[in-house]
Amino acid sequence: MSLTRQQIVKVSLLARLRLRDDELDRMTDQLDQVVSYMDLLAEVDTEDVEPMAHAVEQTNVFAEDRELPSLDREAALSNSPKRDEQCYRVPAVLGD
Amino acid sequence: MSDPSYEIVIGLEVHVQLQTATKLFCRCSTRFGAPPNTQTCPVCIGLPGSLPVMNRQAFALALKTAVALNCQIPGFTKWDRKQYYYPDLPKGYQISQFDLPMSQHGYLEINDAKGAFAPKRVGILRAHLEEDAGKSMHDELAGKADSRIDLNRTGTPLLEIVSQPDMRSPQEARAYLTELKLLLTYLGVSDCNMQEGSLRVDANINLHVATSQGTVATPIVEVKNMNSFRAVERAMAFEATRQFDVWKDTRIALGAPGGHKTTRGWDEQAQMTRPQRQKEESSDYRYFPDPDLAPVIVTDQQLDAVRADLGELPAALRTRLQTEWGIDAYDADVIVNQGRAFVDYFLALANISGDAKRASNWMQQDVLRVLNERALTIDLFPVSSTSLAQLLKTVQQGELDTSRARDVFNAMAESGDSMPQAMQSLGIQAVHGDELADLCRELLEANPSVVADVQAGKDKAIGALIGQAKRRNPNANPNQVRQLCLELIREQGSAQE
Amino acid sequence: MESMSIHELTATELIQRLESGDLTSVEVVRSFLDRIEQFDEKVQAFLRVESQRALSDAERIDQRRRGGDPVGRLAGLPVAVKDVICTEGQPTTCASRMLQHFTPPYDATVIRRLKQADAILIGKTNMDEFAMGGTTESSTLATTCNPWDLQRVPGGSSGGAAACLAAGMAPLSIGSDTGGSIRQPASFCGVHGLKPTYGLVSRYGLIAFASSLDQIGPLARNAEDLALLLEVLAGHDPSDSTSANLPVPEYSQLVSQPLDGLTLGVVREHFGEGLDSEVQAAVREALRVYESLGATVKDISLPHSRYAIATYYIIACCEASSNLARYDGVHYGYRTDEAAMLADLVAEQRALASRGEATALDDIDSPLVRMYRQTRSEGFGAEVKRRIMLGTYALSHGYYDAYYVKALKVRRLIRNDFDAAFREVDLIAGPVAPTPAYRLGEKTEDPLAMYLGDLYTVSANLAGICALSVPCGLSSDGLPIGLQLQGPPLDEQRLLRAARMYQAVTDWHTRRPEGF
Repeated sequence: MSLTRQQIVKVSLLARLRLRDDELDRMTDQLDQVVSYMDLLAEVDTEDVEPMAHAVEQTNVFAEDRELPSLDREAALSNSPKRDEQCYRVPAVLGD
Repeated sequence: MSDPSYEIVIGLEVHVQLQTATKLFCRCSTRFGAPPNTQTCPVCIGLPGSLPVMNRQAFALALKTAVALNCQIPGFTKWDRKQYYYPDLPKGYQISQFDLPMSQHGYLEINDAKGAFAPKRVGILRAHLEEDAGKSMHDELAGKADSRIDLNRTGTPLLEIVSQPDMRSPQEARAYLTELKLLLTYLGVSDCNMQEGSLRVDANINLHVATSQGTVATPIVEVKNMNSFRAVERAMAFEATRQFDVWKDTRIALGAPGGHKTTRGWDEQAQMTRPQRQKEESSDYRYFPDPDLAPVIVTDQQLDAVRADLGELPAALRTRLQTEWGIDAYDADVIVNQGRAFVDYFLALANISGDAKRASNWMQQDVLRVLNERALTIDLFPVSSTSLAQLLKTVQQGELDTSRARDVFNAMAESGDSMPQAMQSLGIQAVHGDELADLCRELLEANPSVVADVQAGKDKAIGALIGQAKRRNPNANPNQVRQLCLELIREQGSAQE
Repeated sequence: MESMSIHELTATELIQRLESGDLTSVEVVRSFLDRIEQFDEKVQAFLRVESQRALSDAERIDQRRRGGDPVGRLAGLPVAVKDVICTEGQPTTCASRMLQHFTPPYDATVIRRLKQADAILIGKTNMDEFAMGGTTESSTLATTCNPWDLQRVPGGSSGGAAACLAAGMAPLSIGSDTGGSIRQPASFCGVHGLKPTYGLVSRYGLIAFASSLDQIGPLARNAEDLALLLEVLAGHDPSDSTSANLPVPEYSQLVSQPLDGLTLGVVREHFGEGLDSEVQAAVREALRVYESLGATVKDISLPHSRYAIATYYIIACCEASSNLARYDGVHYGYRTDEAAMLADLVAEQRALASRGEATALDDIDSPLVRMYRQTRSEGFGAEVKRRIMLGTYALSHGYYDAYYVKALKVRRLIRNDFDAAFREVDLIAGPVAPTPAYRLGEKTEDPLAMYLGDLYTVSANLAGICALSVPCGLSSDGLPIGLQLQGPPLDEQRLLRAARMYQAVTDWHTRRPEGF
């Protein structure tokens, strides 16, 4: 498959990136090259092969439902780029 | 709705917060109402490096619910990341379930005791376990000012229950929600408090319109922001009418140009739905299996254990009240719909008093009235089932008439006194059989003319004695005085013959 | 003992001297701090050195030791930590502008383990931004040089972790390995590095690049030290759902036991096109050394190894695109200058309006979405953005099955190849990287060429097996060459013993770069 600049524009929105025109051009070229390389996988016969999403097959890992102390609010908010006494602050959420 | 030219098709998506002590993937408390951002940790804030670990209890509650909803439980289930950007979603993805949910293909039976619709099974498409998001707060007055983000709710376990589009009227939708809430309450898996957001409902609705070319489906509308079951019912009724109007205007069918799914919000104040903004690319959630979480395997033995532990569910209880206790369907429905504790109270009352019908009447009229007046639940009702049973027995044996008994009941409910205490403080005394017989004999002796009238066939003459009996003993039960006097006169008559 | 030679001692030797009282922890820490002072201006292995804290910690350990109190396994010994691992109250940056001012309120599990072992955390080392890269050049905070040739890269992404050992600025360090990020820099810098079996070491507190591939592991200057550090790091962690719930072998005891009848597999596919002849020669020579020690060398095939790079980059980028979604300027990390951003937005809206374009800016360009996009574009470097884009694309509607699911299936075939191979051989031996260290700037503009450099290392991460890098030669330019040994899951002890056997009859591990 080959990648178009238009696809890259769309993907950059999905990824919440904002690329300048020159970045978009370079990104299109570079990703097109990489994606073409990845098309190599198409030649592998994977009929009846189970996908392997985890490196180790573990199941049923649980924690008990027992409360532990939460972070102090100040510690929780301390890394926030914008906040008040109680909350994180962001530009207004439109529409709701 | 009664318009025969179309059929309403409704499917509901219900999100229920599961009643765990801690969140789905960390051990922060799930308590409602804490000050903002005081119940968070690196995991639920999504701090770099933090990792989720599944809450055992949350999974157990989800499984219990799925089994109670008659769902098929696959042997293998996993969690996926649903990716979108929102400030109350700190990881940039929600941990949810996509292609291998923990349960699917179940059903819930709904019924209307008054027969508003025929009993039916509403199919459950799937029920899956996922994490809740936090809250964005926006001060409308401040205009374009910032939104504020509180992450206390982030990570609370949610069960998303998706029905099939099987409901055909707003009433059915409401009945489904009522029955679902009842089931969840019986299972003890959620407090289902809509005000606190423990139960949230979104609806998908469209119409099947009969046309000369056959049935045509109208575009599907997802309705959000409904904050009560009544709001759901009204929103569905509004939408049906609105969609039919639109159809008559435009003739746009589902899937035709302009016939894609849209989203509307219910405006409670205006009692109407309004269109909501759509995000064009928001449907590409890029789900993929969460590599940080292990899948879960459920064995048949585990399922058997869950089934054995379910307890008696509402549908089975309704049947049992009818067959074992002789209560009619409507009454059984009212009692069962009040919740398991109410049923338990009823069963104890019926058992001790030995009179299920009377117990049912008292619970529905008197107990429910007090509970409603005082906004109490049955657990906090001050009169124990044993005490109330004692009162019912006294009534049953004719030692107290119903109106006096009601006074006693009200006093008991008010003060929490036992029946004897309440009667004493009201100056009411039960009148035992011997005492009443003596009273009646005295009255008959003092009123030979009444006796003569009765013997002559005028039973009504007894009426004169009842007033006198009440004056002599205010606790005397008028019906019993009447009965007893008639019997005594007949005994006299037969003795004379 | 004079402080000049402290840095030449192995960690194991330092511990013996600390225990015997020949040395104090303060002396040891001061000696390494002096080395850092002297050399790190050139090498730039560290992003931050915690001198005061390290010295006061050392003093406390010395006091406890003097008082006869029990102390931990690594008591008083400095350990350098890759800046991808969270340290409570100390900045943890991932060498990114995005996290430049991020201070975690918690310690990673491995940091807790190091603290419980009374190790001294001497500083945080440089790396490729978010561990994405093989040269450490994508760090936005510093450029680390290879002590063997300051014009060359130290490898990556754990470049600082390897370079600080090579320059004698720390006796032990920890890194992370997603596709070779411990082994390749270890090879480029002439030190030992081990990528444990997936699940052996807790990932809790390791800032994720690709969750199903990431592992924390030790770097050291010999096999014994590697074993010692691994023993401290490994172990079950209930905070990590992917952590193996198994007892940890006593690697530090086992490491000195030679292996009888060792069978080494040599992967046919690893000696093809692209392998530097000097690297090939050094690896072949190492195999002869093993044969001289009684090992059997056997030719094997990993038929799907040619698909490893494509498989790896799809899976790693997909996971990365998701793991890095959290950096959105809301809860922590960098946020774009909001006032400027809003002013731009207003200006753009005016411009559109004046051109009579009614389409204006929809919610895709709401202040919030603009804030996200601008924050992420400014906060991430080029390589990180490339991988986010690639992963987002591969997971997006219509491409998911062709790329992501396909890659997961090939991943299983790659794992099956290893399972089959380990039925025939005990360990697999081969090169770590196709060439010795590159020149600075040589690869930055050609991402695909850089990705292909990971050919020999990514398979171990895909399969979840363990692997290590041992110094096995120097190129004609005097650059270190590494031998990679790969072992079946949880067989670290065999890897370490094999490395120790080799080390016992060779001296590559004792070579130090000139001038250090």
